[in-house]
Amino acid sequence: MKRSINIWHGLDKISILLFLVLVIMGWFNIYAAVYNEERSWFFDLSQRYGKQFLWIISALILAILTVTIDNRFYFFFAWFIYGALVLLLFLVLILGREINGARSWFEFGSFTLQPSEFAKIGTALALAGFLNTRRQELTRLQVIIPATSIILLPALLTALQPDMGSTVVYFALFIVLFREGLSPYLFVSGLLMVMLFFLTLLFNNLHLSFVLIGIAVLLVWIATRKWKICLIGSGIFLLIALIVHLIDLYIIKSLGDEIVIFVSLILSGVAYSYYFFNKKAAGALIIYLFLIGSVLFINSVDYSFNNLLPPHQKDRVNILLGLKSDTQGIGYNVNQSIISIGSGGFSGKGYLQGTQTKFKFVPKQSSDFIFCTIGEEWGFLGSFIVIGLYLFLLLRLIFLAERQRSVFSRIYGYGVVSILFVHIFINIGMAIGLVPVIGIPLPFFSYGGSSLFGFTVLLFIFLRLDASRTEYLV
Amino acid sequence: MKDSFINRKYIIIAIIVLSCLSLIARLFVIQVVKDSYRLSADNNVLRYITQYPARGLIYDRNGKLIVFNQAAYDLMVVPGQISKIDTASFCSLLGITGELFRERMKIAINYSRRAPSVFLKQISDQTYARLQEKMFMYPGFYVQPRTLRKYSKPVAAHVLGYVSEVDDGILKKIPYYKPGDYIGKSGLEESYEKELRGKRGVKIYMVDVFSRIKGSYADGKLDTLAVQGSDIISGIDLDLQEYGELLMRNKRGSIVAIEPKTGEVLTLVSSPNYNPDLLVGRIRSGNFESLSADTLKPLFNRALMASYPPGSTFKPINGLIALQEQVILPSTQFGCDRGYLFVGCHSHSSPLNLENAIMMSCNSYFCQSFRKILENPKYPSVSSAYQKWKGYLNEFGFGSKLGTDFVNELPGFIPPVTYYDKYYGVNRWKALTVVSLAIGQGEIGTTPLQMANMTAAIANRGYYYTPHIVKSVGTSGNTNPRFTEKHLINIDTANFEEIIRGMEAAVNGGAGKTAGVAAIKDIIVCGKTGTAQNPHGKEHSVFIAFAPKDDPKIAIMVFVENAGFGATFAAPIASLMIEKYLKGEIANKPREETILNLNLMKP
Repeated sequence: MKRSINIWHGLDKISILLFLVLVIMGWFNIYAAVYNEERSWFFDLSQRYGKQFLWIISALILAILTVTIDNRFYFFFAWFIYGALVLLLFLVLILGREINGARSWFEFGSFTLQPSEFAKIGTALALAGFLNTRRQELTRLQVIIPATSIILLPALLTALQPDMGSTVVYFALFIVLFREGLSPYLFVSGLLMVMLFFLTLLFNNLHLSFVLIGIAVLLVWIATRKWKICLIGSGIFLLIALIVHLIDLYIIKSLGDEIVIFVSLILSGVAYSYYFFNKKAAGALIIYLFLIGSVLFINSVDYSFNNLLPPHQKDRVNILLGLKSDTQGIGYNVNQSIISIGSGGFSGKGYLQGTQTKFKFVPKQSSDFIFCTIGEEWGFLGSFIVIGLYLFLLLRLIFLAERQRSVFSRIYGYGVVSILFVHIFINIGMAIGLVPVIGIPLPFFSYGGSSLFGFTVLLFIFLRLDASRTEYLV
Repeated sequence: MKDSFINRKYIIIAIIVLSCLSLIARLFVIQVVKDSYRLSADNNVLRYITQYPARGLIYDRNGKLIVFNQAAYDLMVVPGQISKIDTASFCSLLGITGELFRERMKIAINYSRRAPSVFLKQISDQTYARLQEKMFMYPGFYVQPRTLRKYSKPVAAHVLGYVSEVDDGILKKIPYYKPGDYIGKSGLEESYEKELRGKRGVKIYMVDVFSRIKGSYADGKLDTLAVQGSDIISGIDLDLQEYGELLMRNKRGSIVAIEPKTGEVLTLVSSPNYNPDLLVGRIRSGNFESLSADTLKPLFNRALMASYPPGSTFKPINGLIALQEQVILPSTQFGCDRGYLFVGCHSHSSPLNLENAIMMSCNSYFCQSFRKILENPKYPSVSSAYQKWKGYLNEFGFGSKLGTDFVNELPGFIPPVTYYDKYYGVNRWKALTVVSLAIGQGEIGTTPLQMANMTAAIANRGYYYTPHIVKSVGTSGNTNPRFTEKHLINIDTANFEEIIRGMEAAVNGGAGKTAGVAAIKDIIVCGKTGTAQNPHGKEHSVFIAFAPKDDPKIAIMVFVENAGFGATFAAPIASLMIEKYLKGEIANKPREETILNLNLMKP
């Protein structure tokens, strides 16, 4: 008895309050999203708001159970939990029930369970368990590879369902790796690749190649401050490019401009190697290699996008990038969602007054597009408050993570922050057309038992660990 | 354990804060900066359903209904809301081909995906009933109730005019009208369009994503009720109108009858005419085309738009002017040797005084008195005397539009002095040059309506009210002040009595009377025949009359083209009309039979 009182004392009240506020706001918004005048009783179990009420009660019980368990359990059983959940991810591929083309759910009578909502917890725990002992060595490949594998294994299994939304979430855990020492170059390179990826889709990759070459020349100048080198380097490239181009034009006739540029860049490299070798110009070498890598990357992205991606996913990306407008088909959801949120104006239309919401113009509104209800009925003010609450929660969790004495707890805390952050950013981002439509729930808000249970357990394990933050786990 | 990467938490915090700020910035743009989304949301959910007012009804002077409305249904479509409908069953339900369906759909989509447009106009009651049950299966379609004109009797088409859908020109010019609206195109429907059309209302409904109506918007606070068009009570006597059209069947010409005391038009017939039902609804455009192409010109309203020389019916006026100008006295006699100079006359006793000259329609008498008018020493020149003469005619309403409530009215033509000056040279023309005006021939042009108005002015002994069709709009009884203004003619009442005596004698007098055929037992009809010269064929038969002599109830003008002497056909028709109006039935059945069987349109 004494022990449980101690835990209550150690639990972070601010986080719990934020959790409760968000869950209750979510419930009210689900009520608005599926509002049915004939069955307007808040606890009507035939309606989603009635069910969500059950989920909330269950989630609270689950939260109490989670904090009652000894903190060392999570530490010692981290690998076991991870293993069990990965096994479930395997099993769901075989035994799961297919809904909307994805085999992501186990079915028990009338209830369904989505293991990927819980597998994130296992992954965060396993990552914390793994890095707890070897974090100092995250610069070495022997550590980076297994750490990455811990993340990629469940990601791969989720991708096979296929559930692209949940798969994307696992990549959020690279934020944890960054916090624990992953080279910023790798991290930044990753970010740059994402940027280049979008630029490739937006612009002609031939033009992009020229821009990259120009940037490379500029960088060389910044590194060396020698005009001569830049001019000679460019001259050599242009000469070789001209020769390759003429050869292509009159003899081979099938290379195409992209390959001409790439081949010319490699051949110029042979000429530059003399300079690199003589002057020991490591900076220029790195710039050169980055350039080769980038040009190769944008061309392969372009090729994959145009030739390998299934048409409907290509459409989604195209609509998002504004390259294609289709307000009736694929773009319908996003368009109606933006209309809902945009029509809310500054202060919203008022609770249960949203016409878009009430008359079901936005599909999946109680789950993936729950933010539309907030945007339409509560306006910019409401949206601002909700995002503010999330931001407050995330910053609070970072603060909690940083005060952990145990490395395991801190890493797990960052895992929680990363997962919540990506969910929030992608979910709201897709509702307002900032990111492609990736169907993932808004933590604590969206309708659905599995996701609410998953997020509750995810959060409360960390709060339990935080309650015993003064203890060393090992 | 030393944590060498502790500062990286700031980078992570920065990433999270910046991401949240980018979300907020984007929200700010779509929620606060741009307001087009609210409009889009409204467009999604609001369905404006026009409430079309019923067009005002038109009654005759005795309260008999002439024009009323029947319900019709337009099938509307909002192309953007159509989803998964069974086109084949829909087409068979409507009884249309798939090809027509696609064609209509294409037109609708071209017009707008979001706004409703007419898919099928005026579907039948049966189709509507069938459709109503299955409407829910065809989202994007709905039925818009409309009203169509319906006529109690197939008469008075020219008076009533017709209603048709507004065209692009009107849509651009008058912002009130929306595509698919109806507008009066001629006759009363046109001149009283504003009163008849009423005011459109709109009901705003909210619809869900399947375009099912979910209730009214803002509790109907923004809805407007349709205001029904005002009813119109016309001065037309429906029975008389019908009778007039019956009499004029198979004849070309017109009848205009006016109640002298008020100027109300009792009957206005233009023959050949058409059945007003032909220009209603879906059959309108086809029928309109064939009516326009008809060589008999049934759409042409002769009563207002045909200009004829009035012939001898003009003699009473010339007599009045001569008396007023004191160039003759009632007792003045002129001789007639079968004519006067180059103007011929028929055989009658000679010399004649004014009364007998009118009775016998002596050309010579009026030529000589006309010469006296123009050569009146009171005026310095023939042209100034002519100007004076023309002034009297203008007072009677000749030479300019009367200002009736008809839209298309011809002014007719009384040649101004300049006309002859230009033709003959200033002061190079004399009374004899224009002497044919004395007997209503020559350059003069008058419309049947103007002649009827002149008759009414004579019946009133010197004044008239502008002829008008409408007695009152709505129940207020108010008419346009234009129609209650008394137009006084500057001729003494005593002079009118002299002329009327002649007109009485023409019908009821002794030997030599020209219009005895128009006499009715117990009613003193005053009339004057006329024969309008027609360079293109047989002369036109004209007759003006009013009755009873004292306290006239009706003034009438009958014009029958190519029928010869005025007494032959125009006079009996006028007489039948007067008898019908004053007595309600015809005593002289054989005469009626003759007229009814008369066919002047045989090739």
